[in-house]
Amino acid sequence: MKGFGRYVIFLSSLVVRRETFKTYYNLTLEECVQIGLKSILLFMLVSTFMGAVTTLQTGANLVSPFVPRFIISNVVREMTILELAPTIMAVIYAGKVGSSMAGGLGTMRITEQIDALEVMGINSASYLVLPKIVASILMYPLLVIVAAVCALFGGYLVGVLTGLLTPTEYVYGIRYGFNPYFITFALIKTFVFAFLISTISSFKGYYTHGGALEVGIASTQAVTTSIIAILLADYFLAYLLI
Amino acid sequence: MIKINNISKSFGDKTVLTGITGEFEKGKTNLIIGSSGTGKSVLLKCIVGLIQPDTGHVFFDLRNFTEADKEMKSEIRREIGMLFQGGALFDSKNVEENVMFPLNILTRMSEADKMDRVNFCLKRVGLEGVNKKMPSEISGGMKKRVGIARAIVNNPNYLFCDEPNSGLDPQTSVVIDDLIMEITHEFDITTIVVTHDMNSVLGIGEKIMFLYKGSKLWEGSNNDITHSGVKELDDFVFTNKVMRSLKGT
Repeated sequence: MKGFGRYVIFLSSLVVRRETFKTYYNLTLEECVQIGLKSILLFMLVSTFMGAVTTLQTGANLVSPFVPRFIISNVVREMTILELAPTIMAVIYAGKVGSSMAGGLGTMRITEQIDALEVMGINSASYLVLPKIVASILMYPLLVIVAAVCALFGGYLVGVLTGLLTPTEYVYGIRYGFNPYFITFALIKTFVFAFLISTISSFKGYYTHGGALEVGIASTQAVTTSIIAILLADYFLAYLLI
Repeated sequence: MIKINNISKSFGDKTVLTGITGEFEKGKTNLIIGSSGTGKSVLLKCIVGLIQPDTGHVFFDLRNFTEADKEMKSEIRREIGMLFQGGALFDSKNVEENVMFPLNILTRMSEADKMDRVNFCLKRVGLEGVNKKMPSEISGGMKKRVGIARAIVNNPNYLFCDEPNSGLDPQTSVVIDDLIMEITHEFDITTIVVTHDMNSVLGIGEKIMFLYKGSKLWEGSNNDITHSGVKELDDFVFTNKVMRSLKGT
């Protein structure tokens, strides 16, 4: 509870004594490049394979003359939109971006760079962390949309190349019984996960004390705590919104 | 002038500072000296507000910093320049961007004026032609100089230096010491240097405060430190043969 209290105080400290809009605008753009554009290849790679594997495994489990083939791509679509793209990608995002945030801030703390900002009269938490949160909330949903498209494309490639189903069947399955609300639900999840990962990782990094060993510990804690938070949030969001 | 009154600080059961009172004069290099673990850096951090003291007050030219509201604290901090032990340069910015950083954040100067000011400060600390180098590409001594340039770029009224010589060779240490002293006189600012380096003490210690186990034990200048008559200070000063031979003379 004490840790949660500190986390809430940390969040409230982000919005006081802010710098100019221009300062945040530039920093947020830099963060968008760092955490968004530089993650896109990894997201595309992972999601394409994820879609491909999901198609193969679903196909292997639906070998029945009573089940039409297009159901395979239908299952791939539901899994991708509801869980694989927003949630599994969040775990990868926590591992790549979250650990980087915690490590970067932790290093700044132990090398007195954060103290240097404070001495200059700058709210270091707001200056360093707020752009990361805003950039995450902007970029993570976009990354998830790209990931979802790549996953569906990966499934299409494998499904068609292995002869599991025809292109027409795959596309039909993707379109069959489509519920647009699931897209909205997936996007709500992405905003929540982006907020949780960026704030938890920043919190862990910002309050690092000690040396290089502690920076490593902070990075690890940032990833594990973020993943636990993602899974809990995933459950509650599904419970509340579906 | 900076005045501290009855500063005490404990971390849990460990008392680090006990009722420290003193004055640091304008236009002079004021030194806080003492062995490792005597609370020098904690006192410096209490003065600049990075650590909140348990008791006592810090006054920056009669402005009570300890009890000031956030606005006033922010205003006073913008008059402060600080050189950290490791330089504390921002890894992601090059030398020029590091020095320009306070101007970008704290002023509305034009780009050309900022550039002029940065080049002036870098030249003042003896660094030219390194504007585009990253902190990882320069030596420890150069990092300290960049740190000094960044500390003075916004024309501070108060300059704080935490162990400016740590990790430097004796020659570079003297260069940094001289630079700090020259800047203090040239810009007529209040400078406080935390150090345990005896060369610094004798070289630039215009006013010295000696801390021992968290308490102030002696105050004076580099001219009278060798005959203070305080045993703990003598033990600190005369640790090597050279210093002991000085005492003999």
